[in-house]
Amino acid sequence: MQNHFPLWKNLMILIVFVIGIIYAIPNLFGNDPSVQLASSATTKLKQQQADGIKAELDQAGLSIKEFEFKNNKVLVRFNNTDDQLKASDLLKEKMGNDVTVALNLAPATPMWLRALNASPMYLGLDLRGGVHFLLEVDMDAAVKQAEERYYSDVKAALRAKKIRYQSIAKNQDSIKITLKSTEDNIATSDLLNRDFSDLNVAESSDVENTLLVTLSEQEKKEIKKFALDQNMTTLRNRVNEIGVAEPVIQQQGDNRIVIQLPGVQDTTKAKAILGKTATLEYRLVDIEHDVQKAVQGLPVIGSRLYHEVDGSPILLKRRVIVTGAEIVDAAYTMDQNNAPAVSITLNGVGAKKMGKMTQKNIGKPMAVVFIEYKPKTRMVKGKKESYKEKIEKVISVATIRDAFSKRFQTTGLDNPEEARTLSLLLRAGALAAPVDIIEERTVGPSLGQDNIDKGFNSVVVGLALVLVFMLVYYRLFGLVANIALAFNLVIIVAVLSMIQATLTLPGIAGIVLTVGMAVDANVLIFERIKEEIKNGNTPQSSIFSGYEKAFSTIFDANITTLLVALVLFGFGTGPIKGFAITLSIGILSSMFTSILGTRMLINWFYGHRRIEKLSL
Amino acid sequence: MFKQELDFLGKRKFTMILSAILLIVSIASLAINGLKLGIDFTGGTLVEVGYPQAADLSILRETLEKTGFDDATVQNFGTAKDVLIRLKPKEGMSNVELSTQVLEAVNKDKVEKALVRRVEFVGPQVGDELAEDGGLALLYSLFGILIYVAWRFEYKFALGSVAALLHDVLITLGFFSLLQLEFDLTVLAAILAVIGYSLNDTIVVYDRIRENFRNLRKDSSEEIMNISLNQTLSRTLMTSVTTALVLIALAILGGEIIHNFAIALLVGVGIGTYSSIFIASPVVLSLGISKEDLMVPVAEGADIDDMP
Repeated sequence: MQNHFPLWKNLMILIVFVIGIIYAIPNLFGNDPSVQLASSATTKLKQQQADGIKAELDQAGLSIKEFEFKNNKVLVRFNNTDDQLKASDLLKEKMGNDVTVALNLAPATPMWLRALNASPMYLGLDLRGGVHFLLEVDMDAAVKQAEERYYSDVKAALRAKKIRYQSIAKNQDSIKITLKSTEDNIATSDLLNRDFSDLNVAESSDVENTLLVTLSEQEKKEIKKFALDQNMTTLRNRVNEIGVAEPVIQQQGDNRIVIQLPGVQDTTKAKAILGKTATLEYRLVDIEHDVQKAVQGLPVIGSRLYHEVDGSPILLKRRVIVTGAEIVDAAYTMDQNNAPAVSITLNGVGAKKMGKMTQKNIGKPMAVVFIEYKPKTRMVKGKKESYKEKIEKVISVATIRDAFSKRFQTTGLDNPEEARTLSLLLRAGALAAPVDIIEERTVGPSLGQDNIDKGFNSVVVGLALVLVFMLVYYRLFGLVANIALAFNLVIIVAVLSMIQATLTLPGIAGIVLTVGMAVDANVLIFERIKEEIKNGNTPQSSIFSGYEKAFSTIFDANITTLLVALVLFGFGTGPIKGFAITLSIGILSSMFTSILGTRMLINWFYGHRRIEKLSL
Repeated sequence: MFKQELDFLGKRKFTMILSAILLIVSIASLAINGLKLGIDFTGGTLVEVGYPQAADLSILRETLEKTGFDDATVQNFGTAKDVLIRLKPKEGMSNVELSTQVLEAVNKDKVEKALVRRVEFVGPQVGDELAEDGGLALLYSLFGILIYVAWRFEYKFALGSVAALLHDVLITLGFFSLLQLEFDLTVLAAILAVIGYSLNDTIVVYDRIRENFRNLRKDSSEEIMNISLNQTLSRTLMTSVTTALVLIALAILGGEIIHNFAIALLVGVGIGTYSSIFIASPVVLSLGISKEDLMVPVAEGADIDDMP
């Protein structure tokens, strides 16, 4: 029989249809205003704490729609935004530093659908509102820092081995060591090759007994990789500190990090916290040498000139006692004089170093250096170039009265806000290398909702226009194509929901475009059927050969469009990718619905019987 | 839809001249006016704010000028309440801080504060990359198409389709350049979608030409192509109409952000439809296509069986 599908084909199409509907349905149920609680960094939320949170909310008389404790996170759904905001304020006050409280819109998908893992489409930032940042990690700074570190390590190693050098200096990207004799030269070479395998050691060609030490390519690569990983971790911690419900922190390329903060409106604060590289260093004050000598520009061995907040010069030892990297916890507090302060807790290594240093230097002054990188731009050969200016200021100098190690306080900060931010930054860890925000896209909540409404309206109106047009022009066949088109939309939404691809405004445009182009396959088939009838074939055989002959055309035409969509996906950034994804899904699902789906319906209408005329 | 046969290829001299004129105007405009590139490509800062009432642009301009943003361009966006402020990358100041300062300036001594609807900042290095990636995407898709069509059809068809696509892309770009419509990332995506669409149209026509070359033995190449164009004409027009319908809906209802995207597609679909009839096939004809090019020995027997 010509126009008849075997049972399995009909069943398959119907099953796809049913699955499509099930996975598309979650998009119909809006969102619950909710509050999400998670622990910051080190410890995880426990059942006990979760119970405490629930008791707290019950006590405040807030009606909870649903309380969920899963994956060490608490998600509380409320019936309205009022309760949500009240709860958030209450919890922020009660939970203190260790727990972040974030506002969220949790999908109100019914239980039975959640059990099937069905969830609504993931809306992009342009639809739900929020901030998108693209950060670039300053890799040159990371390498430079490592060179500094090696420089002092090499010096210390030479001293430990009692190898006397005539001079040692750090140049552009190498360390130059001039030794007094050939024996020393060989000894140094051996030492470096043995203990510093990450360094390349070369004999200088023009000066005798001189070694040029550089970082190996391998090591540079690792430093960069480490800087990126470390920065990602730090940024993740910082984002947790801000309190965002579903943040995205992703690596892009070799030196970039994408951060997306849905729902965040206060971008100024977010920017300040993400981009800040503030950290602390503890150094001993050099009291043996004269500061004035350094001010006049004379080098002082083992020390460097710094400035205090009021601008007065001070000499500090080059050797750092501890850095921000060794700080594990920091909290804002007040000192005895009610001045803002940060209480600091060091890790084991840091505590040991601090303990040893303070014990040896009781009665001597120690300085706290506050380091910050500020982004600046300058002109280089007519092109703008942004760079980071390192700002170092000595925020406090105090005499060591007693040996201390793990826990202590740092004072000297300008105001409580600065102390708060600093403690947050220290807690989240320092950035291994400075970052620069090179792209920012913020969408306010009103615009996000506008975009959803506008996108939805244009899909509806566009669809309606096409449906009417097809119905008028192709009558029964048009109706069949329309059913297939609706089915096509359901499948696109279902697939987008299933793979949790991000739906953006251009993505919606892709869906709209697909609606217009999806009927193309049906137009091709129907026109072909018309032609066959014109050539004098019977209706049944015309349907059959119409579908047969149009197939290769549809296939070729769609494959080429898919090709373009793939190129778009490969080269595009965020929003463009969204367009490419919906376009690709649309092309594939439209081939399914407009070839198989319509055929099934046409077979039901016309198969198995004698027909004189087609409603076409 | 059309009963009588239309002589499309007989008019090819006229349409070739028309296309040549359009191309020359487009290229000239691109060379002289260039494209009005959006901040996606140039870098810079863009702040969109919404006022509770219609905004007074001249006061806003004055305020911004006083605050040191003398290069800011201020314009309404969509409605009288929404204002778009654009800034070029600024010397000696972190680009990131710009948007914050603009907002401060906008809301200074105002009772009813403007709400931020959108902030976009693109660093110059990102802009350059996007432009480069966009250009590469265009090249790669054209190249991929060239190979695919040459493989599925024949190289003359491949050249014809790529010629038609270049024609469409250049004229759509020319349209944007001539009217100085803003060219941003979404428009670039639209241009690539135009390539996909126009190619779709062209392939459908080529497919029919190939089929007729194999089946209709007696006619000349020009006749066969004319017949093929006539046979596919209703389909070409139908699909263009349905696509145009949704694009018009998108252009009118989709909002400002997506407006230029819809316009680019609308222009592109129009040009693409025209080129698939009047450019793609004449180019193949002038390259001297003949039956022999499309005769696949294996396929020949199968074709005869298929004949009604």
